[in-house]
Amino acid sequence: MDAVKKYSGRLFTLEVLGIIIALLFLIPFYFVIVNSLKTFPELAANTAKLPKSLYLDSYVKVWTIMKFPSAFLNSLIITVVSNVGLVVISSLAAYRMVRKPSKFNNLVFLAFVAAMVIPFQSIMIPLVRVAGQIGLMDSKLGLIICYFGFGVSLNVFLYHGFIKSIPLEIEESATVDGSSPYGVFWRIIFPLLKPMSTTVVILNSLWIWNDYLLPSLVLNSPELRTIPLATFSFFGQYTKQWDLALAGLTLGVLPIVIFFLAMQKHIVEGITAGSVKG
Amino acid sequence: MKNNKGMAGLFQQWVFVGPALIFFTLIVLIPFLMSIYYSFTEWNGVTTTVKFNGLSNFKHILLNDEDYRNAFWFTTRLTVTNVILTNAVGFLLALLLTQALKTRNVLRTIFFMPNVIGGLLLGFIWQFIFVKGFATLGDLTHLAFFELPWLGDAPTAFWAIVIVSVWQGSGYLMIIYIAALSNVPKDMVEAAYIDGATRTQVLRNIIIPLIMPAVTVCLFLTISWSFKIFDLNFSLTKGGPFNSTESVSINIYQEAFRNNNYGLGTAKAFVFFIVVAIISTIQVMYTKRKEVEV
Repeated sequence: MDAVKKYSGRLFTLEVLGIIIALLFLIPFYFVIVNSLKTFPELAANTAKLPKSLYLDSYVKVWTIMKFPSAFLNSLIITVVSNVGLVVISSLAAYRMVRKPSKFNNLVFLAFVAAMVIPFQSIMIPLVRVAGQIGLMDSKLGLIICYFGFGVSLNVFLYHGFIKSIPLEIEESATVDGSSPYGVFWRIIFPLLKPMSTTVVILNSLWIWNDYLLPSLVLNSPELRTIPLATFSFFGQYTKQWDLALAGLTLGVLPIVIFFLAMQKHIVEGITAGSVKG
Repeated sequence: MKNNKGMAGLFQQWVFVGPALIFFTLIVLIPFLMSIYYSFTEWNGVTTTVKFNGLSNFKHILLNDEDYRNAFWFTTRLTVTNVILTNAVGFLLALLLTQALKTRNVLRTIFFMPNVIGGLLLGFIWQFIFVKGFATLGDLTHLAFFELPWLGDAPTAFWAIVIVSVWQGSGYLMIIYIAALSNVPKDMVEAAYIDGATRTQVLRNIIIPLIMPAVTVCLFLTISWSFKIFDLNFSLTKGGPFNSTESVSINIYQEAFRNNNYGLGTAKAFVFFIVVAIISTIQVMYTKRKEVEV
């Protein structure tokens, strides 16, 4: 009895500790959201207080100045199309490399794995030149193609590890039934890859949605801006006008936080699965 | 017939591997090879004249470029600090959340949340906290901690970046450590307790050796995040005050896209690549050796 009491006492202390740390983690969000709902004088007077009344004007202004709907749509299109493309080309390539480990395929796989060490900063300068010469600059499609190139190493690597664990017998019986290699891949293998595809999509989405540097180099036109680019240029213009800046930040953060809260379970599983093969 | 099959095989090879290989070659391989070439040239990025100048870029980087050296020193200090603190916090959070807490799931969500927001936006959020939020807290509490000129002074600006990095990264590591901790066989831990081992002994002699694969991954991730830091650094301090928090990535970026010294920028980027590759290889080799097979 005494042992049980002591044990739950310890758990209770840990629980309280956890909640305190969690509140510390949340403080920045509190500050940003609360102050985005204040008028400027109210914000300047005290940033810690709750707002007297909900002041939504900043949001209305920011919505149009930042061209939020357009930025959101750009981010969405770029993230979705890059993901679809990456899932298809990476799973195709990884499947072939596992099932037909020719010298050439092994060499390509090795190159993909080795390339994961190359920091983006090391190739961004010539990349801008290459992208300019083959017409990838200042276009959403161009940026998406860049994501294909940068994402393919890690994605092929992840699929490669996963496909190795799929028994060959499954596809052999389909081949006997007369399916073409493409049919075998699409109807039998691709559906089996779903857990890894979820991981791949989640890792890619967090990366592409939040990316600033690559889009800032590739996209120039204001109407092509993604959320990070729009926030950056907005923040540059309205530096000391915190009421507007904070409303802009809240809008910028909102979509990915909602996505996270909705997809939490998959995100946590995806990250765990993706890191095991680091 | 045989020839026909060979053709079909070749065609299949290209359907399956071709797209991935083409995009990779175009976007990663060719620019990478070009970067080696441009490292040895003087080139402003605009004109077509690229002047070969041998090793002079590298000579300049190693001997004369104080900013680059400072950036490397700053990035190294930041990486060491971030790696230690982010892993420590991530691991402790994981230990906490593997206890039978009632609020476990909510806490996990909260600790992970900063990680889904991009570095650029996080930097701006914290710029507000350090500039305005801390000022208010300072007025209310009169604690010296909040009254420091956080982003305005070199030593505190360094710690500002550390605070935000740890806040952002520890939730991600926590997830990996939780997965590793829950794979530690329970009977092994119980047996140790029955044999009279203390909590710290169990942690040090059983749990930590068994989760070394996760440690490898987490060290790799944190080294790579910190060493290549750009977004967060760019939006929080922009390298200031007086370039004191300029990371190598920002230095390369400014050299190429602000000073238009593409040749020199590429050489800096190439040196950066060599260092990153060496560090990652050493780290993985070293930690892999410490892993224990169950």
